[in-house]
Amino acid sequence: MGRVVVDVMPKPEILDPQGKAVAAALSRLGFGQFASVRQGKRFELEVDGDVTDEVLAAAREAGEQVLSNPVIEDVVAVYADEQVPA
Amino acid sequence: MTRIGVVTFPGTLDDRDAARAVRLAGGEPVALWHADADLHGVDAVVLPGGFSYGDYLRAGAISRFAPVMTEIVDAAHRGLPVLGICNGFQVLTEAHLLPGSMIKNDHLHFVCREQVLSVENADTAWTRDYTQGERITIPLKNQDGQYVADERTLDELEGEGRVVFRYQDGNPNGSRRGIAGICNARGNVVGLMPHPEHAVEAGFGPDGPKGPRSGTDGLRFFTSVLHALVG
Repeated sequence: MGRVVVDVMPKPEILDPQGKAVAAALSRLGFGQFASVRQGKRFELEVDGDVTDEVLAAAREAGEQVLSNPVIEDVVAVYADEQVPA
Repeated sequence: MTRIGVVTFPGTLDDRDAARAVRLAGGEPVALWHADADLHGVDAVVLPGGFSYGDYLRAGAISRFAPVMTEIVDAAHRGLPVLGICNGFQVLTEAHLLPGSMIKNDHLHFVCREQVLSVENADTAWTRDYTQGERITIPLKNQDGQYVADERTLDELEGEGRVVFRYQDGNPNGSRRGIAGICNARGNVVGLMPHPEHAVEAGFGPDGPKGPRSGTDGLRFFTSVLHALVG
């Protein structure tokens, strides 16, 4: 059993209303050291076998075509999760 | 009688109101099912509002892959009139029939109000019964209504007259350049966030010049497409 992680974030030029709200809440709760917050999405894709280069390539393709919308989001990372127990 | 398809996805809310609007305008509404890859010979299609697939992933992102959408995308490229309202607009952007996307309202609140719009393009299949520059009032109700696109796309839309509706008397959600609705280059595919189907019958619409709930400014979307189809 293997697992691929796909991280998707709002594009830098897109104002992230959710991140802004979280930043305001953090500041109210005493976490004043965080100047800003951006909120993204983490997808965990599991496969029966090992995470091969082909699996990673397919995960990247899925990330760009389905898991993200290129108008507003970027796929920022695609990697094998080494923490999955064999 | 002209037959207008109204699509139902899991989580669609406004399909019955859209079908009723078609009927009040003089057309015959035809129910289309998301899992049925068949348009049943309809002459136009409405993608109504709601929260298809619970807005999971992104609003409209999963609906785009429904079997009925493959047929709608093909037919739209051949000139079939398609109107996307609210979630239907989000589906049209995810399906790449219209450019840009919608993100959460800039103030993060759900908005439900009677919204004044200007008709910026009265030449599309869905707006030909309006006059250029006319102000209309129809309901607006959404959470993810902030229209965004890159500057080049926005300039292109403006330059080609493809901004069909603009918010008036204040921008309710932070949409770029106050854009409430747009169309494709051919003008057969139109998408907007506000809801014309909720302003089609006196007694049930927004407040209008004839008194409370007398507004029927949305009806001409549906008469427009009927007139466009019969020539």
